[in-house]
Amino acid sequence: MDRYRGNADAVKGLIRDTEVHRDVYIDDEVFQLEMEHLFANTWVYVGHDSQVANPGDYFGTTIGAQPVLMVRHTDKTVKVLYNRCPHKGTRITTEACGNTGKFFRCPYHAWSFRTDGSLLAIPLKKGYENPGFEGSHAAKGMTPVKHVHNYRGFVFAKLNDGGPGFEEFFGDSLSSFDNMVDRSPVGKLEVAGGVLRYMHNCNWKMLVENQTDTCHPMVAHESSAGTAISVFDKQPPGTKKPMAVEIYAPFMAPYEFFENMGIRVWPNGHGHTGVHHSIHSDYSAIPGYFEKMVAAYGEERAKAILGENRHNTVYFPNLMIKGPIQLIRLFKPIAANKTLVESWTFRLVDAPDMLLERTLMYNRLINAPTSVVGHDDLEMYERAQEGLHVDANQWVNVQRLYDVAEPPDATAETNGTTEWQMRNQFRAWSKFMTLSM
Amino acid sequence: MTTPSDQQLIEFVQREARLIDQHRFEEWLELFTDDGMYWMPLEWGQTDPKLTTSLMYEDKLLLTIRVERLKGNRTFSQKPKSRCHHLLQTSQIDRRDEANNEYVTWTPMHYVETRFDEQQLYAAWVTHTLTVKDGALRIKLKRVDLVNCDAAFGNIQLFM
Repeated sequence: MDRYRGNADAVKGLIRDTEVHRDVYIDDEVFQLEMEHLFANTWVYVGHDSQVANPGDYFGTTIGAQPVLMVRHTDKTVKVLYNRCPHKGTRITTEACGNTGKFFRCPYHAWSFRTDGSLLAIPLKKGYENPGFEGSHAAKGMTPVKHVHNYRGFVFAKLNDGGPGFEEFFGDSLSSFDNMVDRSPVGKLEVAGGVLRYMHNCNWKMLVENQTDTCHPMVAHESSAGTAISVFDKQPPGTKKPMAVEIYAPFMAPYEFFENMGIRVWPNGHGHTGVHHSIHSDYSAIPGYFEKMVAAYGEERAKAILGENRHNTVYFPNLMIKGPIQLIRLFKPIAANKTLVESWTFRLVDAPDMLLERTLMYNRLINAPTSVVGHDDLEMYERAQEGLHVDANQWVNVQRLYDVAEPPDATAETNGTTEWQMRNQFRAWSKFMTLSM
Repeated sequence: MTTPSDQQLIEFVQREARLIDQHRFEEWLELFTDDGMYWMPLEWGQTDPKLTTSLMYEDKLLLTIRVERLKGNRTFSQKPKSRCHHLLQTSQIDRRDEANNEYVTWTPMHYVETRFDEQQLYAAWVTHTLTVKDGALRIKLKRVDLVNCDAAFGNIQLFM
């Protein structure tokens, strides 16, 4: 049943000023349209260029529902190619990553392609001397994604020709990436530690919304963070607070803490929590790190970089980054009710290993399928995914701290418990869903 | 006990799994030495628990937090509670180092965790590094290597 396909007004009708219709989370047709429109009209995170450091290095992933490869071309630039052979459709690579040498070779009929996708050779080429082949899709080779942008190592792609350019789409929000990269004394990050993959039986947007939901930690995470505090309090007096408890405890901070941390919204659905401070502000210093930063940047600049403790920055549609702990989470849509969450971690090049150790501890304590904080959150998402099937109320409320004068697509700083950022995301959702309808 | 027999090592591993299956988590925690660790690697053949991500790498304090959390009235992901079942092969004794009071066993297992109508099956190899303390065997390190350690999992809420 096509209720939404080709009907931009119906899609726009799902988003009200302070309410969102449940179909954005549970309807299969809306999900399909998200794959065709939203994930094609926006700049979607692909990967980090340290994953493809050398020519021929490749990394396989998805943009929405589209399988793609990120590859380092022989000219050292990063290309993004659709991952299919132009001949019969065979996936060219199946390993998560690797090095293909100077060319890709399809394992089915040995067609080969340069690392920019262009056709290199076909066995028994004379079989294609018949008319018309030169103009075929197959002769063009592996199709490249045309719009690719590498921002300080973070590679994004946009599938459609329409929609805003990279700088226009992200604007000032790129400052969160800047802060993460600047935390390396040499201004360089490397993917490190391995990726945690966590399957969620819920819609991908529930996870995105949760990133700036500051009224849930002290409630949903009382079981994990609250218990961590109470267990630690029973330790002998004078016990040094371990890194793990430093990570858990701030989830139990009171409402005032989250109100005062602030939220900043940017145009096109981007925004972040932690304008003034965050749950990452009070971690113990890592020996030797500050000194390296001062040596690299000077004291004033080093303090400014390390004083910026943004909590979660959402890059619409499906990426969240944590600059202060060098961690990103990618919410990969699989179905209306299924999302793969990938949590990636980074080494700050030329910084002490202890920073990576803390980042990895954070990742496994908070983002792993074995994480108690993860259990708390997933339970809520899955309950919502089920509860939304109640017909008596078909709307989700995002009204908290709404002002009728709230400008769309604004840059603004506001109370840290607002749901403005969620409304911001849904306004962007409506815009980029219908841009190409 | 000062020097455990092979049979005592095997029975210890079996009892450890039984305590988890029967939700006797406080008794289970007591099986660990004060500096004992529970490690579930993320990578095949992983050697570094700290600079490579793990699914779990937890000391007794973190394990205690988990055990306390499972009992909590506001632990919503345990309403209803999960249950689990270990099916162990007979442990093989990989190393007996009596001089250093250290014994290593290797135990292939199938582990089932269930909640609501869902039942998940996991296959793993468990390596126990054991020691004798105050006359009883204790766990210095329990390492659980899942055969599909790098797969995307849903919640794993109890202990393998």
